[in-house]
Amino acid sequence: MSLDLKFTYTEKKDTRSGFGDGFLEVGRKNPNVVGLCADLIGSLKMGAFQKEFPDRFFQTGIAEANMIGLAAGMTIGGKIPFAGTFANFATGRVYDQIRQSVAYSEKNIKICASHAGLTLGEDGATHQILEDIGMMKMLPNMTVINPCDYNQTKAATIAIADHHGPVYLRFGRPSWPIFTPADQKFEIGKAWKMIDGKDVTIFATGHLVWEAVVAEAMLREEGIHAEVINIHTIKPLDQEAILESVAKTGCAVSAEEHQINGGLGDSIAQTLILHHPAPLEYVGVYDQFGESGTPTQLLEKYGLNAENIVKAAKRAIERK
Amino acid sequence: MEKLAIEQLQKICTQMRRDVLRMVHAVQSGHPGAPLGCAEFFVGLYFDKLRHNPDFNMDGKGEDLFFLSNGHLSAGWYSVLARSGYFPIEELRTFRKINSRLQGHPATEEGLPGVRIASGSLGQGLSVAIGAAQAKKLNGDDSLVYVLMGDGELQEGQIWEAAMYGAHYKVDNLIATVDYNGQQIDGPTEKVMDLKNLKAKWEAFGWEVNEIKQGNDLQSVLDGLEKAKSMTGKGKPILNLLYTEMGYGVDFMVGTHKWHGSPPNDEQLADALSQLEETLGDY
Repeated sequence: MSLDLKFTYTEKKDTRSGFGDGFLEVGRKNPNVVGLCADLIGSLKMGAFQKEFPDRFFQTGIAEANMIGLAAGMTIGGKIPFAGTFANFATGRVYDQIRQSVAYSEKNIKICASHAGLTLGEDGATHQILEDIGMMKMLPNMTVINPCDYNQTKAATIAIADHHGPVYLRFGRPSWPIFTPADQKFEIGKAWKMIDGKDVTIFATGHLVWEAVVAEAMLREEGIHAEVINIHTIKPLDQEAILESVAKTGCAVSAEEHQINGGLGDSIAQTLILHHPAPLEYVGVYDQFGESGTPTQLLEKYGLNAENIVKAAKRAIERK
Repeated sequence: MEKLAIEQLQKICTQMRRDVLRMVHAVQSGHPGAPLGCAEFFVGLYFDKLRHNPDFNMDGKGEDLFFLSNGHLSAGWYSVLARSGYFPIEELRTFRKINSRLQGHPATEEGLPGVRIASGSLGQGLSVAIGAAQAKKLNGDDSLVYVLMGDGELQEGQIWEAAMYGAHYKVDNLIATVDYNGQQIDGPTEKVMDLKNLKAKWEAFGWEVNEIKQGNDLQSVLDGLEKAKSMTGKGKPILNLLYTEMGYGVDFMVGTHKWHGSPPNDEQLADALSQLEETLGDY
């Protein structure tokens, strides 16, 4: 029997393509937008922008620290740099550069990070960063965004060009259901309640929003009504939406393709513990590195899929 | 800006050295050695060569920009900024104190005029300066970008990423300067981590190198900076190798790493100030 899903899809696409298409669009709209990439133009889908605006695009070679510094310098003079590389090299490798030259200096830079999380797949743990949300959200002045599908990533890319200040935009490699509308308005810092419910709230970000949508249908078959909230912006966090939902449902699950230490779940836990203590279950990676495999195999092995969200929801409800 | 006579510029150098010593002494922290060695550079740049506007705006369109990559020279930079009109000279009193705009290392958060990016964690300023220089080219702005780095700072890998990039993109509206004093915190650079032949290194990376052999002789510095300006616009970034002596101007501080990050005590301050005539009035 097929599930009665509240959101469906007819097409799958990678979120990085949503970034690439959005990037081209902001390039056409705003002549101050410039691009930088550390030898991963094809992987980041930045080629169309580079082709149309060769004078506004800078191949930096395999030198991410320099790329972040260059981007910081280009803001002085009014440019809006979009600096792209894999999430691993866009954060851990250049943390100090981002901390001093970008976040502390409040530079209007968009750090565009692809291939985040386990769904990078076969390349393995060296490239599967699961700590980046934590690192970036700890930095004062930094906005952290992790959209869920092609359409939302494209909308987010367009929205951050108009937002003044440093942004970390996280997206991924795998082909993924496109289940949000093409014409959506992306509001930074505003959570999106996708499905109404009363028994438990599932707060999901990135690829796992789709898994949360599937989990909601599975739970509904068992008579459990879950609310699904799409937290595309992890910082600033929409605390109002979180508290309003948990006040109604009384318990929650967080779902993210990230370490449970320092990710979205911890941000929600902090909100709840300060304002409305309630049971929270984490769906995320439990303090381990990833490994090679297909995205589906990895999400299953590390417990980041709909089945595990269902189990977590039941545990949360039991703890009420 | 009206050009000042060399005698007047020399007076500013002396006053800057007094400022630096008094600032680090007052809070018993900070880095006197390198700014004492760079006084002629800072004064020659800010009071003679730089086309700048002390009515500060962040974008600096149509003006020359200066970035301090070795942010620990903050005391010297602040003195020159204040004395060229960016903020009140009195404010030098607040250096490194609570609620001050004059942070231990330069920062933008408090809005100190003249500072366009935070520095202190070494190795980042050359990349920033190159980015700013490229933004100028995109904006059709023909003014120049300057950056100062320490020689010890060249041990950071990011510098060489930026060096490779600057030549590749022919960033020829950039004048970088290395404060070549041969000293760093733990000792002489040749003992800590030998820099070997810096001229050959930069040339191999595709830069035009301009040696300023007497970095503590004001006329030599002015001539050297003028020569560097004449070398711009020819397809290569410019690198000044500025030979200085750390601690220059105070007999017991000169030529040693000992005063890199140590302030003088009361007695040492009195001794040092007695060697530097108050020329423009202490803050």
